[in-house]
Amino acid sequence: MIDVDIRQRLGDFSLDLRFTGGAGVTALFGPSGSGKSSVIKAIAGLTRLDAGRIVVGDIVLADDGRHTPPHRRRIGVVFQEARLLPHLSVRSNLRFGRLFTPQAERRIAEGPVIDTLGIGHLLTRRPATLSGGEQQRVALGRALLASPRLLLMDEPLAALDEARRREILPLIETLRDEFAIPIVYVSHAVEEVARLAAKVVVLEAGKVAREGSPADVFRTATDRFEIVSVVAGRLGAPDDDFRLTPVETPAGPIWLNGLAGPVGRPVRVLVHATDVALSLARPDGLSIRTVLSGTIAGVSGGDGPAVTVDLALEGGDRLAASVTRRSAVELDLTPGRSVFALVKAAALDERPV
Amino acid sequence: MPELSPAAWSAIALSFKVAAVATLWGVPVATALALLLARGRFPGKALLDGLIHLPLVLPPVVTGYALLLLLGRKGPIGAFLDQQFGIVFAFRWTGAVVAAVVMALPIIVRAIRLSIEAVDVRLEQASGTLGAGRVATFFLVTLPLSLPGILAGATLGFAKALGEFGATITFVSNIPGETRTIASAIYTASQTPDGDAEALALSAVAAVLGLIALVASELLARRARGALS
Repeated sequence: MIDVDIRQRLGDFSLDLRFTGGAGVTALFGPSGSGKSSVIKAIAGLTRLDAGRIVVGDIVLADDGRHTPPHRRRIGVVFQEARLLPHLSVRSNLRFGRLFTPQAERRIAEGPVIDTLGIGHLLTRRPATLSGGEQQRVALGRALLASPRLLLMDEPLAALDEARRREILPLIETLRDEFAIPIVYVSHAVEEVARLAAKVVVLEAGKVAREGSPADVFRTATDRFEIVSVVAGRLGAPDDDFRLTPVETPAGPIWLNGLAGPVGRPVRVLVHATDVALSLARPDGLSIRTVLSGTIAGVSGGDGPAVTVDLALEGGDRLAASVTRRSAVELDLTPGRSVFALVKAAALDERPV
Repeated sequence: MPELSPAAWSAIALSFKVAAVATLWGVPVATALALLLARGRFPGKALLDGLIHLPLVLPPVVTGYALLLLLGRKGPIGAFLDQQFGIVFAFRWTGAVVAAVVMALPIIVRAIRLSIEAVDVRLEQASGTLGAGRVATFFLVTLPLSLPGILAGATLGFAKALGEFGATITFVSNIPGETRTIASAIYTASQTPDGDAEALALSAVAAVLGLIALVASELLARRARGALS
């Protein structure tokens, strides 16, 4: 659906990368300075390629020197700052892109977008009177209402506080599902990417370091503190007395703090490898209540003090556990062994995942 | 306050007419030039900038004389305009307008340029990603956001045009009813025996008008800024 091949010198920095993306969210992930925002600018047409090709759907936007200017690309951009036009009302901001969208291309109607984003009560206001979260919601709506072929989001939540982020992330999820527009999403937050993305492209120093599903990409990081597993399940019936919610997975329930949402909703739980302990027997007399069963698929980490044990959970999801090499040797953690993975519920994010 | 003579009133009216027409012509021209200087990248930009500002540093007589040489009936541009279109500037009130525009242009361009440069380029980029081309972005984003500067430039330019003297008298002379503006009338009165009262009264008028324009410019700019935030 999108095919991006960029070669570009930008001062001391250069981009040399190629990736593709399908429907849903393709996340560009990596540290600051890895070139994520530069890729967004190149796709939007705000910068020119030295060489390469950018194709969205069946439309070639840039190809070895040929360059379609931004206003003819029909690619929506949500920037880190909302960039609303200060002299126009919220309504006029929302309708701005429509002015330039040919009648036949106006696929996305105003009503549903305004309802989904919950901005109906803001329409007559000026952007300067809105909070940061409200501004960003209007910016999302504005980009969407131009009925773009592709939506680019450049760290849209980075400038917001935690509460606003929690409020807007589900909205992005809804937009992704409801309006069926492919999205390229830039972030350096694992939680956002793991939750939204169908595919993750990890950038380092202007090149693609790794790519794949969130589960594959984050499980194979090299620094043990960055190794994160994504386990899929459905919300179970909550324990109201203790305010806990189980995520039912084939390997066993994962208990989350708090009441996470409606029963049956599919969710992804992020588990840091450093929050997982392993046991050969189902443990007893332990405070930990989340116990997942699986089989060791591999052990990596070489001669260092810590190794990463890769578990194939029952049901097929993978879970990485970071343990000391001594534990691995003394418990004889070798591929093929059945083990129990213990996850501290207190370490899990109780925010809707 | 001494009574103003009909001739003095005619000079005031003429000054207003000249200044108003000069502002109407000068502001769009200045906006185009300011945009070119603020956002354009082309060879000779510094030269254009210098040329626009030249009337600010030249003796006004020199500017007026240059206009006379170029736009006078025998001048290269003046002769052409006269023969092709029957347009004559020399010794006409329209010539006073031209002199006022040239003299006010540096001030107007400067005010507008500063406010265009203050417009966040990222907003223009956002407008582009929403499908607006350069022209649409200029009229829908850049221009409204520069409005405080444009209004300030227009009022300052109007005040400057109202008080223009040197270039005007050199280019279009000092013809009562046609090119005798407030400034020229003050000059004439001050050179006439018993003209002191009239010179003084007109000077007071000029000072008050100038002050009103300056205050109006400041208030308009403040109000426009307020409307934007």
